Amino acid sequence: MNIVVPIKLVPDLVEELEINDEATDLERDFLTYRINEFDDHAIEEALQLKEAHGGSVAVVALEREETDKVLYTALAKGADKAVKITGLDEDASSHTAAKAMCKVLGDMEYDVVLTGVQAADDRDGQLGVLMASYLSIPHVSVVSDIAIAGDKLTLHKEYSGGVMASFEVTPKVLLGVQAARQTPRYAPVSRVRQIMKEAELDEVEVEAEPGAGSIVRRMYTPEKGEGAEMLDGSTEEIAGKIAALLNEKKG
Amino acid sequence: MGQEILIVVEHQGGEIADVTFELLGKGRELASKTGGTLTAVLFGSGMQAAAASLGAADKVVYVDHERLADFNPEACSAALVAVVGAREPWLTLVPNTSMGMDLAAALSARRDLPLVAYAIELALDGGNVIATSQLYGGKIYTESVLETGVVSVLGGSFPDAAGRVEGTPEVETFDAPDDVATGCLRFTGLIEPEGGDVDITQTEVLVAVGRGIQSEDNLAMMEDLAAKLGGAVCSSRPIVDNKWLPKTRQVGKSGLKVKPRIYLTFGISGAPEHIEGMKNAELIIAVNTDETAPIFEHADYGTTEDLFDIVPALTGMLE
Repeated sequence: MNIVVPIKLVPDLVEELEINDEATDLERDFLTYRINEFDDHAIEEALQLKEAHGGSVAVVALEREETDKVLYTALAKGADKAVKITGLDEDASSHTAAKAMCKVLGDMEYDVVLTGVQAADDRDGQLGVLMASYLSIPHVSVVSDIAIAGDKLTLHKEYSGGVMASFEVTPKVLLGVQAARQTPRYAPVSRVRQIMKEAELDEVEVEAEPGAGSIVRRMYTPEKGEGAEMLDGSTEEIAGKIAALLNEKKG
Repeated sequence: MGQEILIVVEHQGGEIADVTFELLGKGRELASKTGGTLTAVLFGSGMQAAAASLGAADKVVYVDHERLADFNPEACSAALVAVVGAREPWLTLVPNTSMGMDLAAALSARRDLPLVAYAIELALDGGNVIATSQLYGGKIYTESVLETGVVSVLGGSFPDAAGRVEGTPEVETFDAPDDVATGCLRFTGLIEPEGGDVDITQTEVLVAVGRGIQSEDNLAMMEDLAAKLGGAVCSSRPIVDNKWLPKTRQVGKSGLKVKPRIYLTFGISGAPEHIEGMKNAELIIAVNTDETAPIFEHADYGTTEDLFDIVPALTGMLE
């Protein structure tokens, strides 16, 4: 099967996130972007399916400072094609991103679209479900355990408390991946460098379409509660304080 | 139709989900302020009797079809799109759950309605709705202004008591549109979690590990610590997604809700989905090198010391 994996680059949450002067968006000048972790799982799952059943994997991303690196990494891992979409602002909403992705998919042959189930910046909803709806193909969110059986796919959709529903579908279909069957593989830097010399990214410019239909009137950092009492001292002293707290509570 | 607020009812195995009552309660409050009406939309097969617990609503719109018996994203989206197309409600509230995710964005895209996701608060301002979303792993909140549209609301945002009203409102049957019956996505069954593992909901001491433990190999020292404390190891979602621990050990929104006497976290940042599952622990001690990690907002005690230093030291000190 031919699989397309649309991915989002999102701000690295380990870094401190600053808000702009108008308090309507992040201060994007200093942001470091990285691949949305669920999209990393979607790429892994796509590669696993390709390795077991043949077909191809194409990865599609919107242009950011780090997009080239992320796409070359996907090629180094085994993707056959990588497409960079230009022409959209960095603060493009999920709706705008989905419409742009769908335009690009219109020129590609695919059976299955795999993407991360959600991303940290999905204020106006999840990219995958929006895309499926614009493409008029069925979608399932929070998916794991994808398998190919003949011309059908089987999969699990996760609910809370460890309960799952199983589904069967005849492509085309879009699946919002929760977790790949194994930890996303790692591409050695040397391999990524080599790919950068050998391969080229496809680049497609897209005209942005209207976005989410709502405006952000205020973005803020949530008020901090009383919070934890921070333990201080050397490692030994802190470990000692934790041990004392545990022993006291255990009684 | 004016100011109609529509609530999408979530149910599984014939039981209505708590989040439905949370939305009904909040919807009732908003409707009383706007002078509008509150309508619950129920999809199912032979589910009409469930309307008896939806007394908080003024009306129940019920769509019956065999493909709606168990949640099917394709069939349910088609039904919701048709109901909203016919009624043109002012506001549609959907739970931001596994099921709701498949409905809210589909409705937004197919009816060209604005959508605000991950909402934890809803308020009115003039004729608009102000929806507060929890984004970026809980580090950032946004207030979005909606004239009309769809909001998907995180579970646990509102109390459910106000929405639990006995009594059957007027039930209006809505014929399933043709595209509910057609389609290529088929529900084939529910899978209950496997038993046999430690039941972390019944364990008094939990050692919770997150992404910060870096490698599966480092689980062994966590097991040692848990053993010394007479407890068990549990984790946040990424650890289970990486298959380092079974699903039975996952704490949080898509895992289990726990309430142990002691909850000791290592390398967990404290995303809202995790907090939802452990905030009621009696004593929470958090170890994370990121001093801005949200987990410290919820912990009783914390340290930014490296877990790889703390864990061996602590394990050595315990009897």
